[in-house]
Amino acid sequence: MLDALLSGLRLVATLDLRLWEIVGLSLAVSLSAVALASILGLPLGAAIAVGRFPGRQAVVVVLNALMGLPPVVVGLFIYLLLSRAGPLGQLGLLFTPQAMVIAQTVLVLPIIAALSRQSVEDAWREYEEQLRSLGVEGLRGALTVLWDIRFSLLTAVLAGLGRASAEVGAVMIVGGNIDGVTRVMTTTIALETSKGDLPLALGLGIVLIAIVLALNAAAHLVKDAAQRRYG
Amino acid sequence: MSAILPLRLEDVTFAAGGRIIIERVSLALEAGPSTILLGANGAGKSVLMRLMHGLLAPTSGRVAWSGEGARRRQAMVFQRPVMLRRSALANVIYALEVAGIEGAERERLAREALAEVGLTDVAQRPARVLSGGEQQRLALARAWALHPEVLFLDEPTANLDPGATREIETVIKAFDAAGTKIVMSTHSLGQARRLGDEVIFLHQGRLAERTPIERFFPQPASPEAAAFVKGELPWA
Repeated sequence: MLDALLSGLRLVATLDLRLWEIVGLSLAVSLSAVALASILGLPLGAAIAVGRFPGRQAVVVVLNALMGLPPVVVGLFIYLLLSRAGPLGQLGLLFTPQAMVIAQTVLVLPIIAALSRQSVEDAWREYEEQLRSLGVEGLRGALTVLWDIRFSLLTAVLAGLGRASAEVGAVMIVGGNIDGVTRVMTTTIALETSKGDLPLALGLGIVLIAIVLALNAAAHLVKDAAQRRYG
Repeated sequence: MSAILPLRLEDVTFAAGGRIIIERVSLALEAGPSTILLGANGAGKSVLMRLMHGLLAPTSGRVAWSGEGARRRQAMVFQRPVMLRRSALANVIYALEVAGIEGAERERLAREALAEVGLTDVAQRPARVLSGGEQQRLALARAWALHPEVLFLDEPTANLDPGATREIETVIKAFDAAGTKIVMSTHSLGQARRLGDEVIFLHQGRLAERTPIERFFPQPASPEAAAFVKGELPWA
């Protein structure tokens, strides 16, 4: 056990090429998915927060429930869409990194939209009268609030990133865990552990935790600095 | 531009949660005299002002401005100003942008407004780190830049110390001198006397009386206002 841990650390320290390829692909997939989900999810959350339309409560409940979507179910759903016989089979995306980005975007979008909906709604209570008094309506109000609380929204984006970088099920199903093509940190850890190759699994585990920690620390520092700067 | 005043309220009632907050208020506000809304807590001052400003819609009755484009030609300063997380200057520019002022003109008007309220030195500071008094003056600058025909103020100095209050009152007088109609609620009878020309006194959601300021304090017409003035100035 200790041996495996030391070997794992050695892989990390010696910049083992195979290991860093896997880390690179993981980051590329998860960061792309979170970027896409943020571009779609933040305005969506803000619009639901500020909008008044019939069925709004139902939309909020469904959105909150979707935060708990099981990754394997999302994987299966995207698999069916992208498989040769599926409606989007023509695109030939199954078992590619793009398919993994799509699956993680679907997985993360409700998290970012639901959390930003909550933040924007709380802020809107404070801003609404003032903005309406200035003549700000609808979408412009939503975007103004979204921009004004942008640093608080980092938390929503980070929650999405945590989900994307930690999940195995969706990327496994739509990516196929193909060596050198669609193998990412979590799928490798699952595979190598079942094969008994603990050093690589442990090395990746260490990197995964370090990355998540570093991103959260960076976000915390940014938020903190923004708080001091803008109040 | 035709004037948006007088503002007419016809039989305005506002109810929320099964409770009547404003009951059958009819009045007209003309250009000129500064109008002070007085009344005990819960008398409906804030709600009446929000009905006038259009932030609330009456449950029954009518709120009617005389001219076109009334929405853009009135401004309101709240008890607690809400500033965006950007510089003081950018907050004023934002208001001008929403009002549809051309890009080049915005900064000039915004700087002029900041100078008017004495905030030129802090123009680049983030608005939210300014003191309470400075933020309230910034709210006034935001209104000043829009050159409103009517300015509503909802207890604008309720949270401020005497020094900051004096500064705010100076700016309110400048609005009045520039021809803006002032409609203000306050709890300070001294402030009412310093800034007001007439008093609208509310009691339990009803218009109890409307009297010129110089007559209101020595001899209010309604028993409710008499009790209020006596209660607020027990030594008088």
